[in-house]
Amino acid sequence: MASVTSTETAARAADDAALPPPTRPALLVWRRFRRHPAALIGAGVLIFLALLAVLAPVIAGWRGQDHEAVDLFNRFQPASAAHPLGTDDLGRDLLLRLIYGGRISLFVGLVTACLTASLGTTIGLVSGWYGGRVDAFLMRLCDGWIALPLLPVLIVLAAVDPTKVGLPAAIAKSPDLSLYRIVLIISLVAWTTSARLVRGVTLSLKTRDFVQAAVAQGASTARILFVHILPNALSPILVAATLASGNIILLESTLSFLGLGIQPPVASWGNILTNAQEIIWSQPMQAIYPGVLIFATVISLNFVGDGLQDAFDPRTEGR
Amino acid sequence: MTRFLSIRFLQAAIVVLVMSFVVYGLIGLMPGDPIDIMLSGDPNMTSADAARLRAVYGLDRPLFERYLGWLGGAVGGDFGYSRQHHQPVLTIVLPRLLNTLYLMIFAFLISVAVAIPAGVYAARHPRSLVDQAINLFCFAGISLPVFFLALLLIILFAVVLRVLPAGGMTTVGESSFGDRVRHLVLPVATLTIANIAQVTRYVRSGMIEVLREDYIRTARAKGADENRVVWRHALRNAMIPTVTIMALECGTLLSGALITETMFSYLGMGKLIFDSILANDFNVALIGLLFACSVTLLLNLVADVLYAALDPRISYR
Repeated sequence: MASVTSTETAARAADDAALPPPTRPALLVWRRFRRHPAALIGAGVLIFLALLAVLAPVIAGWRGQDHEAVDLFNRFQPASAAHPLGTDDLGRDLLLRLIYGGRISLFVGLVTACLTASLGTTIGLVSGWYGGRVDAFLMRLCDGWIALPLLPVLIVLAAVDPTKVGLPAAIAKSPDLSLYRIVLIISLVAWTTSARLVRGVTLSLKTRDFVQAAVAQGASTARILFVHILPNALSPILVAATLASGNIILLESTLSFLGLGIQPPVASWGNILTNAQEIIWSQPMQAIYPGVLIFATVISLNFVGDGLQDAFDPRTEGR
Repeated sequence: MTRFLSIRFLQAAIVVLVMSFVVYGLIGLMPGDPIDIMLSGDPNMTSADAARLRAVYGLDRPLFERYLGWLGGAVGGDFGYSRQHHQPVLTIVLPRLLNTLYLMIFAFLISVAVAIPAGVYAARHPRSLVDQAINLFCFAGISLPVFFLALLLIILFAVVLRVLPAGGMTTVGESSFGDRVRHLVLPVATLTIANIAQVTRYVRSGMIEVLREDYIRTARAKGADENRVVWRHALRNAMIPTVTIMALECGTLLSGALITETMFSYLGMGKLIFDSILANDFNVALIGLLFACSVTLLLNLVADVLYAALDPRISYR
């Protein structure tokens, strides 16, 4: 008996040796992602911009410049060794302001995408799991939300006076308010995509055996939703969040451009362009740099999102 | 169908009603107080005058009561006066509406005329050089901020080449049709580019899906002409989801029009909404926003109806 078992084990071991070693799913995803040149380049651009953003204070210290210090004697200086891209209308180094602007834009994109995804995921899980009236109510809310004209609504929300909503003056007067506000209002309008997505996944998973098993074992609803269902929805959520962060950066830059987003002297790619329409006649390049950076970031995010989608779900490739 | 339509119209009306209250409340939360603004224009006013003015305009009453008062007037066709223009709201809104409509119709027609052939071609030759070029253009189109695209077009055509006006509706002292059209070119181009990118993507993915279907193989097998297969058998089915998207995209055009009109000083609805929000012109902003909501809702409804009209498997009874 013992000998039989050992031969079987040996045979199985020989079989296993003949097969290639199992590949981890993450590695498979990476291999498929690698085949997408645009996504790879996009990821490279994003890593580079993120590094610049993180290192902004270091770069400022090394250059010995302050991105918010006004120097009216040096307005609109042409490109030079001290100012590689010249200076802006208040004599500040444009390159440094662009780097700091990237810090804001990437921060807003990342944080808002996370908030949006969490909000949408929670609503989607609840809607899909409970079904019935809860689902009907949340999905009608979703439909109504999508029907709102996005930009006008954001403009109204951005224009709301924080003291009139009853915010304490300490927060209402804080210079970071415009940053928090933009994160908050974009999250408020952008949750619908991930909510619908997660609801769909939850609906399809809820009848599957492993979820039913968890129900039979008496697992709590929170445990089923967050331990059993959520992990299976992570890859579409990640793709949606990547694509969403591109749109978020577009919205942030648009609002900042209109003067309703990030408030000067804090730099953002959008607000550097605010008075671009006056300077395009004299300094057209100054209007081009920030726009190109926004464009490069957003297109990179879109390519990476597209690449991730193909990598997670090979069936969608080429569509 | 009638029943479906009436239910949807009722739902849309309720959404607009709820929205009108929300927007009314939100606009009250914006900085600036109409009475303060009036006072700042006249140094002789006392605080007693201010209180009296508040009572005259009903601003001392609670929010909901004020809203009901506004709603009563609005239902009777009285939307109040514009603080900025000193004219009834409708007198200001209607011509602006017409201007935006021109912009949107041109942008919509051009983008459909370009996007459908481009999307179909890309789907017929997947992975070809042209497909990849179209794909790149689409990604660029959806990643370019509208205001930056407008800036680029202004720099290129108005500053460098000096062939087109940088903004406005007409050249001062000239009122020819050609002049009007010249002022439309750049705003329409701005609105169109992002829209083409979006619609082409949907046409392409829809067509790729449909071209894999059995009935396409059947059509080819029975010897149908390839053009007939693509344009009659495939496109008609691929258009079902696309039409829905296009109707919804019209709503996006409206939002895009806000930026485009602002950039080109084009006197349309979007610029009116933006300017009146910034200038605390509450009555105009309110109507503008509600109008934008209603249009988006109406387009959603149109999308649903078209969906049923194009796909016999779907029926709304």
